[in-house]
Amino acid sequence: MIKVEQLTKKYPGVTAISDLSFEVGKGEIVGFLGPNGAGKSTTMRILSSFMPATSGRASIAGHDVFSDSLRARMHLGYLPESVPLYGDMRVSEYLRYRGSLKGLSGKKLRNRVEVVKELCSVKDVENQLIATLSKGYRQRVGLAEALVHEPDLLILDEPTIGLDPNQIRQVRELIKSLGERHTILLSTHILSEVEMTCSRVIIIHRGKIEASDTPENLVGQIRTSGTVKVEAKTGSDDPVQMIEKIPGVKNVSVNMEDGWQQCSIRVEANSDLREAIFRLAIARHWVVRELTQERATLEDVFVELTQADD
Amino acid sequence: MRRLLTLLRRELSVFYYSPIAYIVLFFFLILNGLSFWFAIALLNRAPSENTVVQVFFNSAFFWIAYLLVFPVITMRLFAEEFKLGTIETLMTAPVRDWEVVASKFLAALIFYLSLWLPSLLYFIVFGWLGNRSAIGSAGQLWAPYLLLLIMGMFNVALGCLASAFTSNQIVAAMISLVLTIGFFFLTLINYVVNNSSPFLRDITAYVAQLDHMDSFSRGVLDSRVFVFYPSMTFLLLVMTYQVFQYRRWRA
Repeated sequence: MIKVEQLTKKYPGVTAISDLSFEVGKGEIVGFLGPNGAGKSTTMRILSSFMPATSGRASIAGHDVFSDSLRARMHLGYLPESVPLYGDMRVSEYLRYRGSLKGLSGKKLRNRVEVVKELCSVKDVENQLIATLSKGYRQRVGLAEALVHEPDLLILDEPTIGLDPNQIRQVRELIKSLGERHTILLSTHILSEVEMTCSRVIIIHRGKIEASDTPENLVGQIRTSGTVKVEAKTGSDDPVQMIEKIPGVKNVSVNMEDGWQQCSIRVEANSDLREAIFRLAIARHWVVRELTQERATLEDVFVELTQADD
Repeated sequence: MRRLLTLLRRELSVFYYSPIAYIVLFFFLILNGLSFWFAIALLNRAPSENTVVQVFFNSAFFWIAYLLVFPVITMRLFAEEFKLGTIETLMTAPVRDWEVVASKFLAALIFYLSLWLPSLLYFIVFGWLGNRSAIGSAGQLWAPYLLLLIMGMFNVALGCLASAFTSNQIVAAMISLVLTIGFFFLTLINYVVNNSSPFLRDITAYVAQLDHMDSFSRGVLDSRVFVFYPSMTFLLLVMTYQVFQYRRWRA
C-alpha cells in the first residue's frame, strides 16, 4: 500500500530524513515511532503529498505521491498532527464539504457523512461550530474527515495526543476496528497503545530507520537484560551471595521489608532463571511469596534504540 | 470542475458568514452614498455637461472606497490557511493547486462585484424617478461597471499575491495596500513630471486608473484596458500560484 524508497528530505541546514526505505502492506496497522524531531511528521507530510522529498520516491497504492499525486491522494485519509479545522464551519457542514472535495456527491455523500459521524461519535455535536468544540471532539472530527471517502490508507499523525484516558481508549478501539478494512500508518508517543493496536512497528531516529518488526519480536530482541523479582524469607542465609552464584545473574540488590527480603535480580537477556531460583529456594528452605520475571517493554526497546548514541 | 465549484462555494461562504463582510459593506455603502450625494449636490448647484454617473465615478469618495476595499477582502485568502495550518488538510485532499488559487481569486472577485450592486440601484432609481437625461445613455452607465470588473480583477489578483506571501493577515493587507495605492499613483506621473515625453505618456496611458475611469464614465471604451488588465491579472495569478506552491513545499 505504501512503498518508500530512499526517501531523503533536507531543510536548509538540516537533514530531516535520509535514505528512508520501507513498505507497508495492505491491511497492516503500522506504528511509526521515534523521538520528537526524528522525522516522523516530515515522512508523513511527504507521503500525503503535502511537500516533495529532496530525493527518493514514495508511492501510495501504486501512485507516485509527487508525479501522480492527485490519484495517490484519492486513496489517502490524512490526519495532521495539529488537526487543523475550519472553526467557522459546523461539524456536518465541514464533513460534507470535505467529502465533496474528495469526490463524493449526492446520496453517497450524505450516507458517508452519517456513517463517519456515528463511527467517530461526533453525532451529538453535528450542528456545533467547530471553533466551540473541545480538543477531544476536534480530534474525532479530524478522524471522521480523514475517513469520509473510505480511503484505503489512513495516515494518522499522533491521533491520541491531547485526549483524556477515556477518549484515548475510544480512539484506540476505533483504530483497531478500522484496521480490519483500512491500512493504517500512525505515529504516537504512547507505546502501550502501539503494543495493543499495531501489527508492526517502525522506529526512526535522526531520520533513519532503527528497527522495523512486530512489537513482540522487537521486545524479544532487546539486548538490555531483564529483571527477576523474588520476595522471600531466607532465614540466616544471605540471598545476595547465593543468588549471584547462579549462572546468568548479573547482579542482585536487596531490600528488607517486614522480614521479607525483596531481591531484584538483573539477568542476562533471553534467559529465564526462575526455575534455578526456585530450586535454590527449595534447597535452602526459603519461604517464597513472589517470583516474577519482568518483561522488557516496547518502551525499553524505544529507549535503547533512540538513546544508544546520545 | 465540480471540485472547483466546491472550493468556490466554501470560499464564498467564508465571506458571507463572517461579520467582516457586513462591516466592509457598511463602510462601502457610506462612501458610495457620500459620492452619490456629492454628485447630485454638485449638479444641482450649477448647470453642467457631466452626468451623475460621471461625477459619481470620479469623486474622491469613490476612489477611497475603491482602493481600500482590496486589502480588506483579500488579506485573509491564503494567509489564514497558512496561519491555521488548514493548508495541510486542504492540500492533502485531491485538489490541484491551481484550483485552490482560482477558487480564492474568483470568490474575492465575486464578493467585490457584489459590493457595487447597491450603487447600481442608486442610478436605476434615480433614472426611474424621472431624471433620465442626468444618467446619460445605458452605455454610459454600463461602461464604468465594466471597468470596475476589469480593474477589479487586477487588484484582487494583486491582493491574492500579497496574501500568499505571508501567514499574517495584517502584513498581507499592508503589502496589498502599498501595491494597490502605489499602482494607482503611477497615474499621476504625467501630472507631476513637467513636459513629460510622449513615450512616458503612452506608458502611463496603460496604467492610469483615473484616466480610464474618466473615459469609461463618459462612455468611451479604451481597448488598451482590455488587453493590459486581463493579461496582468493572469500574470499575477501565475505568480500567486508559484509563491503558494513554494511556501508549501518549503514548509
